[in-house]
Amino acid sequence: MIEITDLHKAFGMNTVLQGVDLKVETGSSTVIIGGSGTGKSVLLKCILGLVHPDRGTILLDGEDVTRAERDAFLAKFGMLFQGGALFDSMPVWQNVAFRLLRGSLKRPVADAREIAIEKLRRVGLSPDVAGKFPAELSGGMQKRVGLARAIAADPQVIFFDEPTTGLDPIMAGVINALIREIVVEMGATAMTITHDMTSVRAIADRVAMLHGGLIRWEGPVSKMDNGDDAYLQQFITGAADGPIEAVR
Amino acid sequence: MILLSPLAAIGRSTLALLAVIGRVAIYFARAVSHILRPPWYPRELAVQIVQIGWLSLPVVGLTALFTGGALALQIHAGGSRFNAETVVPSIVAIGIARELGPVLGGLMVAGRVAAAIAAEIGTMKVTEQIDALVTLSTNPLKYLTVPRLLAATLTLPVLVAVGDSIGIFGGYLVGTSRLGFNPANYLQNTTDFLELWDVLSGLIKGAVFGFIVALMGCYHGMNSGRGARGVGRATTNAVVSASIMILAANYLLTELFFTA
Repeated sequence: MIEITDLHKAFGMNTVLQGVDLKVETGSSTVIIGGSGTGKSVLLKCILGLVHPDRGTILLDGEDVTRAERDAFLAKFGMLFQGGALFDSMPVWQNVAFRLLRGSLKRPVADAREIAIEKLRRVGLSPDVAGKFPAELSGGMQKRVGLARAIAADPQVIFFDEPTTGLDPIMAGVINALIREIVVEMGATAMTITHDMTSVRAIADRVAMLHGGLIRWEGPVSKMDNGDDAYLQQFITGAADGPIEAVR
Repeated sequence: MILLSPLAAIGRSTLALLAVIGRVAIYFARAVSHILRPPWYPRELAVQIVQIGWLSLPVVGLTALFTGGALALQIHAGGSRFNAETVVPSIVAIGIARELGPVLGGLMVAGRVAAAIAAEIGTMKVTEQIDALVTLSTNPLKYLTVPRLLAATLTLPVLVAVGDSIGIFGGYLVGTSRLGFNPANYLQNTTDFLELWDVLSGLIKGAVFGFIVALMGCYHGMNSGRGARGVGRATTNAVVSASIMILAANYLLTELFFTA
């Protein structure tokens, strides 16, 4: 379980998180929604240790993430980045097997390649993609490779940062379905940040709305449409009028 | 207040410069500490040796060839004013081995390699590839910076040695074909006056310049701003700072080696 308590983070004068409290149960899929610039990515990066919070605690299975042994801690995580963040200097299979080719999870090259091809197949890509370079792939294929890399070492927790941004609706649907299937199949804890409501309905068990540096609403996806928070309602309906200021 | 504003601007610039020096010093210390601690990435080191060393050979070689030729012409023209044309071979050899080989080699590599490193790492930062490395349990300082620092420090002395040879050969070509030197005498004069320390000091300079080039490329890449403009600025800063630091380090090393 991931437990976030009273998390604060500011960049200079710009306060991003102002006391976030959130619990993510093991094996559940939580989607964090919120407008651009509300600190969704910062929250994920705080959990991963890419950004150091100013105050507050983050516990993973009861252990403080800032005090955990770094390698062992990160080995539990997989992450799909918004733009894929594939290493363009190496072929697809080496991207997928990156973790299996070095560090504590290192294994023979042939085994790592085999696992990479298996994971690529799992995300719907044929083995002939393995030898290509990321720049030769379409946006949707890059997302799939990113997904394959995120699950390559069978992580306990997977983060998805805007998984459908930049994709056409059909490809977005395919990625959403893949994420849901993989999370259920692996029994992993998933945390997704998005502002795509189709994604939310496809992926989420629970939804948390982040606005103004705080979690405004948190609950099961089935209760989201009837949620009593005005911020939540404006966001999911996409209304221009409401408590969230929209620049016109 | 208006009179004070230039002073305030100078103060701000000085503080900003000191802050940058502090950040570079911390980055330097962290990078060196990671050189000494595992894990190491020998495959990355091999790739960087090819990228930084092998692929810089044509640039360094051509620079040295033309510089050696021009130097021979200049020394001959200058020496003829006091009937000292015969010193051309020895001055070309000493000048290239001590100064021009390492400095011009360092500057050419700074232009080629510091820019390439800063652009590559800067783009990796902007496209979240550096964050991806961290989430894949890989320290970017170890994986990206250390192999580049080692590769540049190890290969630049080799490049300088090759550049020295080609530069002296450039002087030989011009000396024998344009200035009327006897080939055997030219070579004899070159070897008679060139001492081992002349060459070694240039190679040590090369190693220091290589370290500077990679350090500046990596530092500016890692601290690149967002977008194309951020990466462009990081690239420019890497080349400019590496070039200035090479020239400053060259003076300090020359003081250390030849006046102490």
